Amino acid sequence: MATLKVPAHVPAPSEDAEQLRKAFEGWGTNEQLIIDVLAHRNAAQRNLIRISYGEAYGEDLLKSLDKELSSDFERAVLLFTLDPAERDAYLANEATKRFTSSNWVLMEIACTRSSYELFNVRKAYHARYKKSLEEDVAHHTTGDYRKLLVPLVSAFRYEGEEVNMTLAKSEAKILRDKISDKHYNDEEVIRILTTRSKAQLNATLNHYNTAFGNAINKDLKADPNDEFLKLLRAAIKCLTVPEKYFEKLLRQAIVKLGTDESALTRVVTTRAEVDMVRIKEEYQRRNSVTLEKAIAGDTSGDYERMLLALIGCGDV
Amino acid sequence: MADLEALIKAFSGIGVDENSLISILANSNHEHKKSLRKGYSKFFIEDENGFERLHQSTIKNLKLEFKRFRDAVVLSLLHPWERDARLIEKAMKKGPRHYSVIVEIACTRSSNELLGARKAYHSLFDHSIEEDLASHIKGSERKLLVALVSAYRYEGPKVNDDVAKSEAEILSNAIKNADKRKPIEDEDAIMILSTRSKPHLQAVYEHYNKICGKTITEDLEAEGILKDTVECLCTPATYFTRVLDAALTVDADEESKKALTRVIVTQKELREKEGYVPNKIQGILTGSYKDFILGLVARGEN
Repeated sequence: MATLKVPAHVPAPSEDAEQLRKAFEGWGTNEQLIIDVLAHRNAAQRNLIRISYGEAYGEDLLKSLDKELSSDFERAVLLFTLDPAERDAYLANEATKRFTSSNWVLMEIACTRSSYELFNVRKAYHARYKKSLEEDVAHHTTGDYRKLLVPLVSAFRYEGEEVNMTLAKSEAKILRDKISDKHYNDEEVIRILTTRSKAQLNATLNHYNTAFGNAINKDLKADPNDEFLKLLRAAIKCLTVPEKYFEKLLRQAIVKLGTDESALTRVVTTRAEVDMVRIKEEYQRRNSVTLEKAIAGDTSGDYERMLLALIGCGDV
Repeated sequence: MADLEALIKAFSGIGVDENSLISILANSNHEHKKSLRKGYSKFFIEDENGFERLHQSTIKNLKLEFKRFRDAVVLSLLHPWERDARLIEKAMKKGPRHYSVIVEIACTRSSNELLGARKAYHSLFDHSIEEDLASHIKGSERKLLVALVSAYRYEGPKVNDDVAKSEAEILSNAIKNADKRKPIEDEDAIMILSTRSKPHLQAVYEHYNKICGKTITEDLEAEGILKDTVECLCTPATYFTRVLDAALTVDADEESKKALTRVIVTQKELREKEGYVPNKIQGILTGSYKDFILGLVARGEN
């Protein structure tokens, strides 16, 4: 469930656009006003505001935001304002560029979005970057990472709840055999993880646990320094228990010496309208402190206020 | 004449409209039926004993005829997405000799048409195309086929010529090293063919020609569906012409003829290419199947 709070009576998009314009005018910027508007509108409403702003002032709202804002606060606002598909396309493209390369972001987007959402990302990617997502991922990854990531971003998984238990058993066995032989990049492992529906995967991995005594991720911890194994474990988590994946990401981002703002911003802006409620519950359960408190303790200023607004703090 | 038309109409549905057929025939006197049979000259020949005999081979052909006729009717009635999903599923089940159909659909449809087929496949079979292909196909074709059906190619004209050139070289090397590793299993070749846009691949095709002095398809002559893949992506007209030629010969086998139905029904542009198909069809097809196909060609509709 979403933590985004939207007021009961939402002003017309043109009014919101006008408010934002006012927030930019004059000396300095009224950041609180920006948060009051943008952090309290859903994706459809934000799209309308962007259109309205563009028509009224002849400039893309995002461009104005880029001019007026800076650093972590700016990134949070820009990312959140984007339409979810565009946002993911932006994050994916960023992840393929040399200095910001991150296989994790690609895996995260591919595994935690629904089949239709992922396809919308691919469409948005065409529109914005004049290339396909899969060709950029293929071009900028190598070896085992490419073998895993290209099929992951190209998947259009069946989304039904039907499960074939015979298949679950046989594929759990295949996974077990390959893992025991340390063939982590085996084609069968990749096939099962990149093509089966999430419901089927859940059934397969539950059976794995029952039949072999260990959760698959425990068996995949054989080499703690193997980066590919880490990615594989994370992919499995994303596909089956995404809120636990995001909780861990948040925990690591906040607890680290300093804060990994990039991960923190990404998780909050991409999940605020999806499953942040569950992530918060998971966070509190795991850390005995609320996410609000953790974020407040580790960030400050407008950036902190933006994040807190997105996770549902304060008034609408 | 009216009854002949009505007769043709009776055969024109999915399956034969037996009632109409019967009522026409029942209400026709001997002379009338005779003229009907004479009018339906493709099915009946003048027997030396003075009657219009149903051609022996026609009896056999009629069965096949209606089967193909029905296939053509059904294929053209189905929504294109459902049609393509069903064609892929059938081809997959029939085995390696039919995998070219999967290549044909994955590579000649637009990106959104292929997406549509993937959606339809979900609805029809409760699985994704890629999971079924990946688990069903055990041979060397698996990686390529799964990658091809998963593509959502960019459709704009923009091409990076330097990249196209280097990818032509990569493909050339993959083909040269065929004795060490099957080109169809070469990861780089698969990546290029399954992720790049069609305009880009056409540029790759041109560069390959310049570099190697031959076309990729010539060098892939022995490589089965890999050759089909390149043809469908870079020179689809050549591919379809080849398929139609194989189907429109007098001794074509059943599968080749089925290809005719599939190609004519699904390829609008080909149908609009004047002259080629209609002339050949006149010579080789018969009966209501021919009429239906000609009708499709003339209509130029999907």
